[in-house]
Amino acid sequence: MDANTHIVVVGNGMVGHYFVQELVKRHPDLAAANLQITVLGEEPRPAYDRVHLSSFFSGSTAEDLSLVEPGFYDRPGLELRLNARVGMIDRRQHLVILADGDALHYDKLVLATGSVPFVPGVAGRDRENCFVYRTIEDLEAMTAAGTKAKSGVVVGGGLLGLECAKALRDMGLETHVVEFAPRLMAMQVDEAGGQVLRSKIEELGVHVHTSRNTTAITDGATARHRMVFFDETWLETDMIVFSAGIRPRDELARESGLAIGARGGIAIDNSCRSSDHDIYAIGECASWNDEMFGLVAPGYDMARVTCAHLFGDTTNTFQGADMSTKLKLMGVDVASVGDAHGKTHGSRSYQYLDEVRKVYKKIVVSEDGKQLLGAVLIGNADEYGTLQQMTVNAMPLPENPEFLILPSSDGKEKSGLGADALPESAVLCSCNNVTKGSIGAAVAAGSCTIAEIKACTKAGTACGGCVPLVTQVMKAEMLKHGMAVNNHLCEHFPYSRQELYHLVRVEQIKSFDELLSKHGKGLGCDICKPTAASILASCWNDFILKKGLASLQDSNDYFLGNIQKDGSYSVVPRMPGGEVTPDGLIAIGQIAKKYGLYTKVTGGARVDMFGARVEQLPNIWEELIAAGFESGHAYGKSLRTVKSCVGSTWCRYGVDDSVGLAVQLENRYKGLRAPHKIKFGVSGCTRECAEAQGKDVGVIATENGWNLYVCGNGGMKPRHAELLASDLSKEDLLRMIDRFLMFYIRTADRLQRTSTWRDNLEGGLDYLKNVVIHDSLGLGAELEAQMQHVVDNYQDEWKTAVTDPEVRKRFRSFVNSPEGDNNIVFVQEREQMRPATPAEKQQSKIIQILALVD
Amino acid sequence: MSQLQQTATLSTSGKMPMSMPVPHADSWQAICPLDDIWPSTGVCALMHGRQIAIFRMHDDVLYAIDNHDPHSGANVLSRGIIGDLGGEPVVASPIYKHHYQLRTGACVEDAGTQLHTYPVQLRDGMVWLNITA
Ligand code: SRM
Ligand SMILES: Cc1cc2nc3c(=O)[nH]c(=O)nc-3n(C[C@H](O)[C@H](O)[C@H](O)COP(=O)(O)OP(=O)(O)OC[C@H]3O[C@@H](n4cnc5c(N)ncnc54)[C@H](O)[C@@H]3O)c2cc1C
Ligand code: SF4
Ligand code: FES
Repeated sequence: MDANTHIVVVGNGMVGHYFVQELVKRHPDLAAANLQITVLGEEPRPAYDRVHLSSFFSGSTAEDLSLVEPGFYDRPGLELRLNARVGMIDRRQHLVILADGDALHYDKLVLATGSVPFVPGVAGRDRENCFVYRTIEDLEAMTAAGTKAKSGVVVGGGLLGLECAKALRDMGLETHVVEFAPRLMAMQVDEAGGQVLRSKIEELGVHVHTSRNTTAITDGATARHRMVFFDETWLETDMIVFSAGIRPRDELARESGLAIGARGGIAIDNSCRSSDHDIYAIGECASWNDEMFGLVAPGYDMARVTCAHLFGDTTNTFQGADMSTKLKLMGVDVASVGDAHGKTHGSRSYQYLDEVRKVYKKIVVSEDGKQLLGAVLIGNADEYGTLQQMTVNAMPLPENPEFLILPSSDGKEKSGLGADALPESAVLCSCNNVTKGSIGAAVAAGSCTIAEIKACTKAGTACGGCVPLVTQVMKAEMLKHGMAVNNHLCEHFPYSRQELYHLVRVEQIKSFDELLSKHGKGLGCDICKPTAASILASCWNDFILKKGLASLQDSNDYFLGNIQKDGSYSVVPRMPGGEVTPDGLIAIGQIAKKYGLYTKVTGGARVDMFGARVEQLPNIWEELIAAGFESGHAYGKSLRTVKSCVGSTWCRYGVDDSVGLAVQLENRYKGLRAPHKIKFGVSGCTRECAEAQGKDVGVIATENGWNLYVCGNGGMKPRHAELLASDLSKEDLLRMIDRFLMFYIRTADRLQRTSTWRDNLEGGLDYLKNVVIHDSLGLGAELEAQMQHVVDNYQDEWKTAVTDPEVRKRFRSFVNSPEGDNNIVFVQEREQMRPATPAEKQQSKIIQILALVD
Repeated sequence: MSQLQQTATLSTSGKMPMSMPVPHADSWQAICPLDDIWPSTGVCALMHGRQIAIFRMHDDVLYAIDNHDPHSGANVLSRGIIGDLGGEPVVASPIYKHHYQLRTGACVEDAGTQLHTYPVQLRDGMVWLNITA
């Protein structure tokens, strides 16, 4: 390219941003390549993930959704202007003119202006509380209105409309979907499929009205609006969201005289050039062969083609796109592949309908029966990956194609399309254009969990539809590299933690020795012993320092305290919900003073006492127990704290008693051992002072009950919790938490917090909701009963320890002497003691930390 | 009553346990009854100021090594989990989880670190230790 080429990109949406990323990939040093790039975006924030826009309702923030790595637009040669709408293109002078009048010269112009939601020309559509669903601002406005509304209507029963309906339902509104066509998702799904989809969605409490043409919106009698239909029937509602399709934003192109596609959109050729060869158009605003693509993957493809073409690489052309989609709408699988409607001449179809389970499946095959052309799957889309790959790669059909969609008679999982049958070039993740070959390369380079694959290839990080297939390919590749897909716990057990859990449960195994002799080998180690200890405790909840169990416990459990760097221990009594009486505080103060312990209020809202030697622990605890305290399990992979805010009892904004609930929850789940520690938070209103959305289990009071959030995390990699269920009664809340926790305990890997467990859970949040709320595995009652067993068998392990002389005897520094460890020494700092550093120990600068005189 | 918590500590506080002098007496010493060591766990013995970790394996085989974990600087090895790596009996330090071989005292993760091992025997239900050998 010529010296100092100025490329202007209009639109900083998903595709526009991807284009810039591609540019930077090609020319990491833009200035050195003589490139000056200016990106003009009309929105107030840089590009974000529109595909996952709805997760905004379940707790994601604008930052979570951002697609822009910090600092990305700060590099030399690149400029991003936000709130910068382009109002005109002057093609003759190669200028873009901004709405504020600024003019900018371009050598090459890339239009990535996306589309706008289509709002039908209904009288009254401009009324207050009528929304569209496209930007973060739209969602913010909907959320604000939702808190004051009781009911909501979505106009449009397509893909986005249903997604939006789900959001309204999650806000706790009585939700309706009004569709002009005679069925839902008319674009993707055939008539029979539409029927099944409808009944599934109605089952979830959403009212569906098809063949309804809205003619006017007026004042309602029982709600804010009345929607009047063509046949003069009407529906009243507090808010309305239009989601009746999208229209390309081609106005700049129209006004500057560029060619426009037959159905709108900026007409482009195979190189994504418009009729003016200095102007390209990519993404939803572009029309190729009179076709427009409302998905992100084809837009990314266009961005790659354009980027290549700008630098003279003409081999790469845009060839249309596979519009296959797979979604989970309100927990209902919906997928369509290729020619779903069987429009190809001579095509024939196979269909399978199960009205009981509400499953509909159809495949469309070519006239000669040799090729798969398309498919529709509703209610269960397990075969999506297989069918989509077969269609896209024109792979030969098996002899009896019907078996591709028939459930297997023996109930076993179908083997699916062997990953090996796929060509290396097969695009497994169409959102991010990740091929089977690149998954293979990532595995060869050492990635061997789906989380790692996501991080290094980006596969599965957009719509998520490809995750099962990507996982399958990853495992096959690992086998090829001799990496034996080995989820064995350690050299002593050829099982995963999940499998061991099952063995323990099913065979009622009560000790490590039994487990080892039946299913393992050798002596065990510091991996399998604590894991087994945790599983045994989760299942049977016996005292962990019983003979036979004590030897399995990890460092901290071993003496029921957190071991510190110098070998001393910390002491953390439980303070359910952070609530503590003045007498309790006084007792703690006296005990700490007596034993010369350092005290600190923890991040978990309770008091920690540090610096106790092993032999002091039983005495300290005896006194704490006498003062009414119990073990806080600060040492265990178990329930830690239930943090609470002060709640409605005192707080002028509180809508419910968060402390009361927190105390109840903490008392219910205390002592529950799990693959990793578990933290709860309970907030009395949406101000969220207890930071519940940063916890494994978070509960927030609403006007109508409690919202339950799960799988949040602070720590090393903070993760926002996701909304699992809304407006629960207290009984339902406990049931859902019982199920959630037991399901986690059952299936997680060792030392996997709920957040990483969730990130690795195939099927994601929807799957989790199905299992926990809709009881899709039929496990609900069993999980609840297992939790009840743990609750019923709770004992304060410190009480048991101090009252059993055998156990108590273990708490000493030396088996043959009453002395203490002379390596544990303290110096004074800020009026308390702390461990001496090695240098201080050498210099004998030890300060006596001494005891209360009574 | 004035209760001095750290009298024992203070008298020897200037010295690290590793630099304790070892007396040259002939010395097998009875430490404790075997029953004081629960199967598959360890205890710590104090002998002439030196801390020694004694482990009782599931089949009552005994091992003794230094209690001091050089990687953390804390006297804690007797509290580690015992087991085997590739058939070789080991203890895992409770602080940073280094493994030490019970028969040789070698650190699995760090070839440069070697602990002392000590002869230990079971006689008539008592555990005997010799730190001069
Ligand atoms: C004492 C305390 C710090 C304090 O003085 O405030 C603390 C201390 C330790 N934390 Fe923590 N954490 C403490 C609150 C937290 C919090 C805040 C909270 O709970 O709200 C977090 C972030 C929230 C979270 O977990 O999501 C926190 C995230 C961690 C992590 C990172 C976990 C993660 O998933 O990324 C670790 C490391 C681990 O568990 O692997 C950790 C590990 C530790 C350990 C156990 C490290 C160790 O192995 O020695 C520390 C020793 C505890 C002890 O008592 O000796 N601690 N730690 C807090 C005790 C709370 C309590 O009352 O029980
Ligand atoms: C709720 C929702 C769910 C979706 N789910 C999926 C899904 O599951 N799978 C899938 O593949 N796709 C999905 N999509 C579609 C996907 O988001 C779009 O295909 C994708 O965002 C298109 O990218 P784009 O860059 O072309 O348009 P956009 O992301 O809309 O970006 C266009 C940008 O250009 C700006 N702009 C427009 N005109 C101007 C101007 N004159 N001057 C300056 N800036 C301008 C706009 O403000 C906007 O920021 C979903 C969309 C929504 C709304
Ligand atoms: S942040 Fe680190 S240093 Fe601080 S308490 Fe937690 S683990 Fe210990
Ligand atoms: S196909 Fe959408 S994330 Fe992979």
